[in-house]
Amino acid sequence: MSGQNNLNEKQVLDSRMVERSLRRIAHQIVERNQGTDGLLVVGIQTRGVNLAERLVSMISDIEKTEVATGKLDITLYRDDLRHNPVQPTVRSTDLPADVTGRKVVLVDDVFFTGRTIRAALDALVDFGRPSSIMLAVLIDRGHQELPIRADFIGSSISTRKDEDVIVRVSEVDGDDGVWIKALG
Amino acid sequence: MQFTRKHLLGLEELSSDEIRMILDTALPFKEISERQIKKVPVLRGKTIVNLFFEASTRTRTSFEFAEKRLSADTVNVNVSTSSVSKGETLVDMARNLEAMKIDMVVIRHAASGAPAFLAERIDSNVINAGDGWHEHPTQGLLDMLTMRDHYGKLEGLKVVIVGDVIHSRVARSNIWGLKKMGAEVGVCGPPTLVPASLKELGVKIYPRIEDALSEVDVVNVLRIQLERMQSNMFPSLGEYNRLYGISTSKLEAAGRDVLILHPGPMNRGVEIDSDVADGEHQVILKQVTNGVAVRMAALFLLAGGKQAGAAEAALINGE
Repeated sequence: MSGQNNLNEKQVLDSRMVERSLRRIAHQIVERNQGTDGLLVVGIQTRGVNLAERLVSMISDIEKTEVATGKLDITLYRDDLRHNPVQPTVRSTDLPADVTGRKVVLVDDVFFTGRTIRAALDALVDFGRPSSIMLAVLIDRGHQELPIRADFIGSSISTRKDEDVIVRVSEVDGDDGVWIKALG
Repeated sequence: MQFTRKHLLGLEELSSDEIRMILDTALPFKEISERQIKKVPVLRGKTIVNLFFEASTRTRTSFEFAEKRLSADTVNVNVSTSSVSKGETLVDMARNLEAMKIDMVVIRHAASGAPAFLAERIDSNVINAGDGWHEHPTQGLLDMLTMRDHYGKLEGLKVVIVGDVIHSRVARSNIWGLKKMGAEVGVCGPPTLVPASLKELGVKIYPRIEDALSEVDVVNVLRIQLERMQSNMFPSLGEYNRLYGISTSKLEAAGRDVLILHPGPMNRGVEIDSDVADGEHQVILKQVTNGVAVRMAALFLLAGGKQAGAAEAALINGE
């Protein structure tokens, strides 16, 4: 493990561990859905999108078939815009016009309070009526605040609320891995 | 970068970063209008008043679509049926509306500076939808977005604005915005409507449209108002069309692929020939689509800006 990128960060997963987790999740998704029929893997902006692309590539390898993918920006569905002084950036959403009947697998990097997923569900439901929605996350860090949970989890890490979990992906950050950073 | 402005009164005072932020934010908002359910909840519960003292169907409906697609509640106030005809002042009218607890006002007014005047006196966000001859910032923004969509950039782009420039708030917003973003701007038209004093705005004056067309990447064609002919600004519509109208023959003579914009509504056969208006170089309908997206972006950023500004102020005041 490369250890620390800066003083307050402690690495908990390296790129090999991330790869193994994703590979296992890819197999689990295929197993749970009995194949890839109707599957739509949707990455949540921003790093969920990179992880979704990797999962789709792995699932295609496993089942020797194309898998539909999409991306979802949930900024406009957040429940904290009125209370949040920092304006988040709106990014792109790219989904098929109608998701009715599809088996959607949402992909995000970290599952924390569950509010991002609540927003994602609201957004998704505006695009149609999926036959099922499942959630795959690389990291479950605890501190759930809503009755929402992930179906596929890479690793569960226990964290304190005053810590930050940082997921880096090589496509954007140059390296793969997960770090815990003490805040304040 | 944070958007901390509370009002959108013009492009002259915006930084290039702020302009870029609005244009960039417009892109994801474009996609919302392509969905089956063309709505996102982000301005849910916010009340927006469209206060239009001048007739406008296209700008007002564009703002209305933008507001409704952000889930805001919209109220339209049109001057002919309003209390202004009973002698009520602008400020009284706005304060009365505010007493009904509104969040944002989109105002179009015949007096330059009316939106700024209002912004100093009410609590709501104020968006200028066109004031006198001064500015029409959302039109400038949607024009820039359309140009950027086509050419991939604004910096170094050569743009000419043709027509009644001196009386045009669209022209002024285009000039301020484009120059901020590094484009080269020129103007063209009869000297009565394009006086030499415009050079003070940092634009090149083209006496002949043919010269402009042979040099520029974009032509923004302004509508000729018939009242100008009545006040002897030029002899006849026919003569205007012959000298400055955008025609296929003039475009062919220029030998360049020029992008053609028009804020609408068009006077076919006057400032622009019919075949050009329907031809392959024009992006007029794209401007309309971009208009809704840009207005959604502006409303979203201003609503957040008001909050961000208030939060910043609270921090400074030690709350």
